[in-house]
Amino acid sequence: MTDLATYNFAYLDEQTKRMIRRAILKAIAIPGYQVPFASREMPMPYGWGTGGVQVTAAILGPDDVLKVIDQGADDTTNAVSIRAFFQKVANVAVTTHTRDATIIQTRHRIPEEKLTEGQVLVYQVPIPEPLRFLEPRETETRKMHALEEYGLMHVKLYEDIARNGHIATTYAYPVKVAGRYVMDPSPTPKFDNPKMHMSEALQLFGAGREKRIYAVPPHTEVVSLDFEDYPFEIQKFEQPCALCGAHDVYLDEVVLDDKGGRMFVCSDTDHCEDRRDHGHAGAMLAPKKEAAE
Amino acid sequence: MTDTPLLKVGGLSKFYGSRIGCKDVSFELWPGEVLAIVGESGSGKTTLLNCLSTRLMPTTGSVEYRMRDGNFRDLYHLSEAERRFLMRTDWGFVHQNPADGLRMTVSAGANVGERLMAVGDRHYGNIRSTASDWLSRVEIGTDRIDDQPRAFSGGMRQRLQIARNLVTGPRLVFMDEPTGGLDVSVQARLLDLVRGLVNDLGLAAIVVTHDLAVARLLSHRMMVMKDGYVIEHGLTDRVLDDPREPYTQLLVSSILQV
Amino acid sequence: MATPLVVSEVFKSFTMHLRDGIKLPVINDVNFSVAGGECVVLGGPSGIGKSSILKMLYGNYAVDAGQILVNHQDRIVDIARADPRTIIDVRRHTMGYVSQFLRTVPRVPAVDVVAEPLFARGVDAAEAREKASDLLAKLNLPRELWSLPPATFSGGEQQRVNIARGFITSHRILLLDEPTASLDAVNRRVVVEMIAAKKSDGVALLGIFHDEEVREAVADRILDVLEFSPRKAAA
Repeated sequence: MTDLATYNFAYLDEQTKRMIRRAILKAIAIPGYQVPFASREMPMPYGWGTGGVQVTAAILGPDDVLKVIDQGADDTTNAVSIRAFFQKVANVAVTTHTRDATIIQTRHRIPEEKLTEGQVLVYQVPIPEPLRFLEPRETETRKMHALEEYGLMHVKLYEDIARNGHIATTYAYPVKVAGRYVMDPSPTPKFDNPKMHMSEALQLFGAGREKRIYAVPPHTEVVSLDFEDYPFEIQKFEQPCALCGAHDVYLDEVVLDDKGGRMFVCSDTDHCEDRRDHGHAGAMLAPKKEAAE
Repeated sequence: MTDTPLLKVGGLSKFYGSRIGCKDVSFELWPGEVLAIVGESGSGKTTLLNCLSTRLMPTTGSVEYRMRDGNFRDLYHLSEAERRFLMRTDWGFVHQNPADGLRMTVSAGANVGERLMAVGDRHYGNIRSTASDWLSRVEIGTDRIDDQPRAFSGGMRQRLQIARNLVTGPRLVFMDEPTGGLDVSVQARLLDLVRGLVNDLGLAAIVVTHDLAVARLLSHRMMVMKDGYVIEHGLTDRVLDDPREPYTQLLVSSILQV
Repeated sequence: MATPLVVSEVFKSFTMHLRDGIKLPVINDVNFSVAGGECVVLGGPSGIGKSSILKMLYGNYAVDAGQILVNHQDRIVDIARADPRTIIDVRRHTMGYVSQFLRTVPRVPAVDVVAEPLFARGVDAAEAREKASDLLAKLNLPRELWSLPPATFSGGEQQRVNIARGFITSHRILLLDEPTASLDAVNRRVVVEMIAAKKSDGVALLGIFHDEEVREAVADRILDVLEFSPRKAAA
């Protein structure tokens, strides 16, 4: 059992991991370019992060410390399952602390805490092609990428403004990477787009069903598309986190009862806990925690 | 009278296997000139149009175009990037079926604005006012700017397609049966509009049509095609009023008189 | 200065391919010239080929043989051999044509129909319209019609629009195909005056006038087209 597990470290066979690593290297060499790869069947359904899991499996080593988040939280089903999966097939150390992790697999968020050199952020991507909804032909979208014909991307933003008076796209907001390829940052809120720009960490994107891998190497320019008279803006929240009192973080709305009661809390659970541990408190934080200590 | 043509076509042929698409076509087109290519279906006129507009690779022959820098380039020696850039800036292509030339699921304004954005226009307000200006030029109410072409009539769609093509100030426009499939009254309005725009903007145009009335109203010059060959070529009113070839005479005598 | 229009040894026939290729000769060996300031009238019975001659000169009909030499911007152009682009240029700058019928363009107001030849030469739009209005006024076209498209006008009204359009330019050669056919006496006289004005400007005019009074008034010389008729031999 032990020998077999070592041979098949992190579930995928060595040939597959080499194939995926080659795709990753190519993706790093051409920032923002979607590299096709022979995506494997994984023991989970498409849409549950099979692309991200394959990328993580290919780069994971025995000394890595893995963190998995889903919508910013370490404790939701998808995050818990994937974390358990890698514990089982690779026996790696896991953590919920952003700063302790060497690899962070994410669905839909970038941690609030600034990522540092040596860390790798692995995104789970459902639809990698930013041009897809305007141009259904794959042959045509590839040609458009090759020839840098990105007018269509602005058609989408134009439609947004025409319909809503402002750019209403709030997630999967298109970016231009290293001044060349337009890329879909996966369905992360546009709030996180600025964090991709000149990040010290390596960012890898895996789309299992669509069989594409792409990457943003560290210290790479990532610019959100916009118009001169409608510049890119991130969401602003009216109140701070109800638990830790943090401003300038991405908040989730939590419905408390069926009478309209609700609270806004950090989407990044680790960040929130860390702040509370350091004595920050929001308006709705129960004081009894201190008593218990 | 400028002395340099815009387009020089030499010995252009296209074979489909052993079958002739079009054979040995040569002509020159000058700025401001409208050339009609007429003939019945299967005569090779659409094949010729596609070969001229780089949508179809000819078997032999050359198509040279005078670029904005004044130099002639053989279209089939351009890189694909250059060719596509040419097609969305200096050229227009008006399809018979507007759905082939429009994005049916984005608004009229975005349809017109797309070419501007493609060449790097990044100011929403400017793009929108240019689009609005073009909609009125093609007689579409500016209050329809945010409607999708799906909600437009056939004639409006065709006019939108024309606006979408002309917004970048092209020098050459290809039209494939631009009035095909439209009601007669809608046709007249469209023709009149196209005629006015061509005159005002000094466009060169190549119009494929089987409708001789369209050719008479729009074109200066006419080429009659049959079985892939250009059988008669001359001043439009000369070809129509004094046709020389048996087939042209048949074509002209077949026009229904109202 | 070179003679504006010289026609030399022109032959024209129609080959009717749809009727077993029978050949209908129209005119044989046409020779004449028109000097500047001269008005030459083509005479002879109808069907003898008078209109055909005008159409050949204008490039509208092809020619079997011979030369039609036009002094176009200080060079001689042979209409019988010129390419379409040259003919269009000759029509734009040198040779005008007033046909019997106006080929109406839908939705264009009468004043713009008249001014159009000036627009085509790049004349300022306001100036061109003013000149067009002057001509329409001179031809007694009711002012309320000026801004309407001529498609619904009466025959006489259309004719006057057509004349104004033909006379608005300073073409050195003017071809007139029965311009007075459907006009009343008052307007016929106006046209006669306009032709006289063109003559004194040195324009070469060639026309067909069935109205004897007009013909007498404008013609310097009458050219009997029967001379060139292939039927002459038979007659």
